[in-house]
Amino acid sequence: MPGVTHVQSTLNGEVINFLCEPRQSLLEVLRDVLGMTGTKEGCNDGNCGACTIILDGRIVDSCLVLGVEAEGREMMTIEGMASAEGLHPLQQSFLENAALQCGICTPGFLLASKSLLDQEPDADEGRIRHWLAGNLCRCTGYDKIIRAVMQVSTAK
Amino acid sequence: MISNQVLSEVEFNVVGKRPLRPDGVDKVTGRAQYGDDTNLTGTLRAKVLRSPHPHARIKSIDTSKAEAFPGVRAVVTAKDLPFASLSKDELGGEYTALKYASDHMLASDKALFKGHPIAALAAVNAHVAESALALIQVEYEVLKPVVDVREAMKDDAPLIHEDLRTNDMGETGDKPSNIATHMSYSTGDIDKGFAEADLVMENEYTTATVHQGYIEPHNTTAFWNSDGQLNIWTSTQGSFQVRGTVAGVLRIPVSQVKVIPMEIGGGFGGKITAYLDAICAVLSKKTGAPVKALMTRTEVFEASGPAPASWMRVKIGVKNNGKMTAVEAEIAMDAGAYPGSPAMQAIVCAFACYDVENGKVDGYDVVDNKPKTAAYRAPGSPQAAFAVESLIDEICGELKMDPIDFRLLNAAKEGTRRIEGLVARRIGLVECLEAARDHDHYKAKLDEGIGRGVACGYWPNRGFQSSVVMTVNYDGVVSLIMGSVDIGGTRASIAQQAAETLGIAYEDVKPTVVDTDSIGYTFITGGSRTAFATGLAAINAAEDVKSQMVSRAAKIWDTDEDDIEYVAGIVQHKSDEELKFTFKDLARQLATTGGSISGRASVDPTGEGNGYAVHIVDVTVDPDTGKTDVTRFTAVQDAGKAVHPSYVEGQMQGGAVQGIGWALNEEYFFDDSGKMMNPTFLDYRMPTSLDLPMIDTVIVEVANPGHPYGVRGVGEASIVPPMAAIGNAVHAATGHRMRSLPITPGRILEAGWENGRS
Repeated sequence: MPGVTHVQSTLNGEVINFLCEPRQSLLEVLRDVLGMTGTKEGCNDGNCGACTIILDGRIVDSCLVLGVEAEGREMMTIEGMASAEGLHPLQQSFLENAALQCGICTPGFLLASKSLLDQEPDADEGRIRHWLAGNLCRCTGYDKIIRAVMQVSTAK
Repeated sequence: MISNQVLSEVEFNVVGKRPLRPDGVDKVTGRAQYGDDTNLTGTLRAKVLRSPHPHARIKSIDTSKAEAFPGVRAVVTAKDLPFASLSKDELGGEYTALKYASDHMLASDKALFKGHPIAALAAVNAHVAESALALIQVEYEVLKPVVDVREAMKDDAPLIHEDLRTNDMGETGDKPSNIATHMSYSTGDIDKGFAEADLVMENEYTTATVHQGYIEPHNTTAFWNSDGQLNIWTSTQGSFQVRGTVAGVLRIPVSQVKVIPMEIGGGFGGKITAYLDAICAVLSKKTGAPVKALMTRTEVFEASGPAPASWMRVKIGVKNNGKMTAVEAEIAMDAGAYPGSPAMQAIVCAFACYDVENGKVDGYDVVDNKPKTAAYRAPGSPQAAFAVESLIDEICGELKMDPIDFRLLNAAKEGTRRIEGLVARRIGLVECLEAARDHDHYKAKLDEGIGRGVACGYWPNRGFQSSVVMTVNYDGVVSLIMGSVDIGGTRASIAQQAAETLGIAYEDVKPTVVDTDSIGYTFITGGSRTAFATGLAAINAAEDVKSQMVSRAAKIWDTDEDDIEYVAGIVQHKSDEELKFTFKDLARQLATTGGSISGRASVDPTGEGNGYAVHIVDVTVDPDTGKTDVTRFTAVQDAGKAVHPSYVEGQMQGGAVQGIGWALNEEYFFDDSGKMMNPTFLDYRMPTSLDLPMIDTVIVEVANPGHPYGVRGVGEASIVPPMAAIGNAVHAATGHRMRSLPITPGRILEAGWENGRS
């Protein structure tokens, strides 16, 4: 059995400590070690985006990051997107625009969309389509997802 | 320009509105519990050893080294399934079905596809399980595979099942064959029909194996308790189907199995078959611990159930005025390792859009060395429509006739006798064609380089059993319990129908999806049946609640039930205006007047309304690379009544985009040894947001007479037209007629080179 490593990082604003094996992906750590099951596994090889999280301000597929690489870094998962005050505007917009059907890809899309609008609040349809091309959705045909993000964007 | 139109003729209070879905907040906050989020104390992880060969005899399996590996708790092979200890005589007529079902889960004598489960083990974690798999030693005798439907039909093809004989219209063949079934329907006199035609055209078409591509891989957690109770937490479109399959393969009563359907991350027909559940159950029995399995994406591609590849020949005769005189089709589909392709549905759907007097269709269900196919959205119909709707476009070209005018001239309507003998009830194909013809998109000028195509599609939609129970709480909120899993708005659409019937607010109905012990038998969420059939169950259960509320009011007012009426959520005395309860007022009195009220209904309706769709698509084709881009897409479909128009639009858009992928990109590639070469999302290329325009929709509402609010199903017809519509658009843009799917850049360039030479 491989040894375990102690890792300290920040998850959704809280400092956390966990033990993980060097071979464990960050996705596995989030789901199996930390119980944060909002981050989903769709392919485990970086092609579907269901496990998207925000790591030090950038979106990553958490299946392509090792758990030990989280040392000293800041992570945001879907569990950190809403607050006691309520849903994030993107979450509200996804609900109102019926931008989810089965919902398995939704956490990844929300975090990817948030990351885009944090950097480019006025992203237009073309930019949104380009940015979200790393997230697969098989239910919606993307139409309502794109509209939900466009509604929150300041571009009119 | 309006992106999403609803052509409503009848309005209701709740049905037809767009409320927020009850499960929405959980799904945007990551709180919703999907199958793989299940985590019971002490859960072991299972991994499956799969055949690396598409066709091989299993000579021996040695699991001893794996069993001895630290952290491994149990190993199972087909020997651990009940089938291994049952004799052919004992099983009698059940033998073949049980052998197929049991072998599909764990192969006993032969591996029939790459990825076929050979053994499985449970270990303390997934990494240990994976390491230990490599220690299982299997000796194979590799056999020649066949992965092409027409090759598999040949007399000298490698036999998949040595004992399979063709069921040819009820007659059993005299020698083994890979053709499991041949079926045929005919109507009228096709020789006469073709003789009457001014123009007869005939062509052959092929489509590739494609996958449903749901984002959530198959998963399950099973715990077989020492008291004999087997509980299964899984992701499925049909909890009762999983229960039935597991109980059947494990030879235990269904009541000993409880299936708890978790939230489901997409299915499209692919999550009806139970792949991992019985394996985890047997591992749980051996270990005494809960056992969980999650397929990798490669396992999903190689060992779940894709949709079949097909070969089709279609012949159509028409008069010069465009009237069809005769139709004929032969359709062969590969079922994969075990019989059961949708060839039967394909031949029934092929010409269901048309009213033609003379026709003949033949279907062939063929086994080969691919994973056993499963349902995929309107199973069989998309392939057939690709062939038929492409040939019709060619005929329209020859006749110089507008393709929508041609279809309007020949459209199936109420009273049309279809080829399988059923007569259409009120259907909305003509209305869909008219809406398409009148749409802004169809009238828009074609810019240079753009090709436009249209096609239509059919799916019968289904009924089948559903159960609903609802309880009136003392605050007037109704708890609605159902067995239909929510794959994309089910809770909302069922709650809307209940609220409409009760005359109360949508927010006052709380729907919950429950396990197989907590509700009556409910068939799958699939077949475009749920909004219709489970909706009917909810309506009937609501009527049951209403009559009990009336009885209760009669008791309180000490009057006869016949003197009381229930109108729009108000229980009132017919003649005494003073006596009146709102639903909430009466609910508040239930506790002190006899206790709670529960309504219930189990239905098995036969009044399903057939679904039709018409799609218009514009494409550009890059002359240098052959790449096709969809620049505009409009989907028109008859919903009967759109219960929640947003989710109906979502079904139309989602189906259209799966169809775009099927048309342009998606395909299983096999190498010479029959192995799939592209079992990842990188190489099996599904459409991304960057590949697509917005998908405009027109919901047509031609009420289904078999449902109080006119509801038809909407989930499936939307995937039927896109392939032919895109093929027709590519032809319009390039002059190349594409008769094989997918219409890849390579194929378009090749067509250009061919045409250049000729």
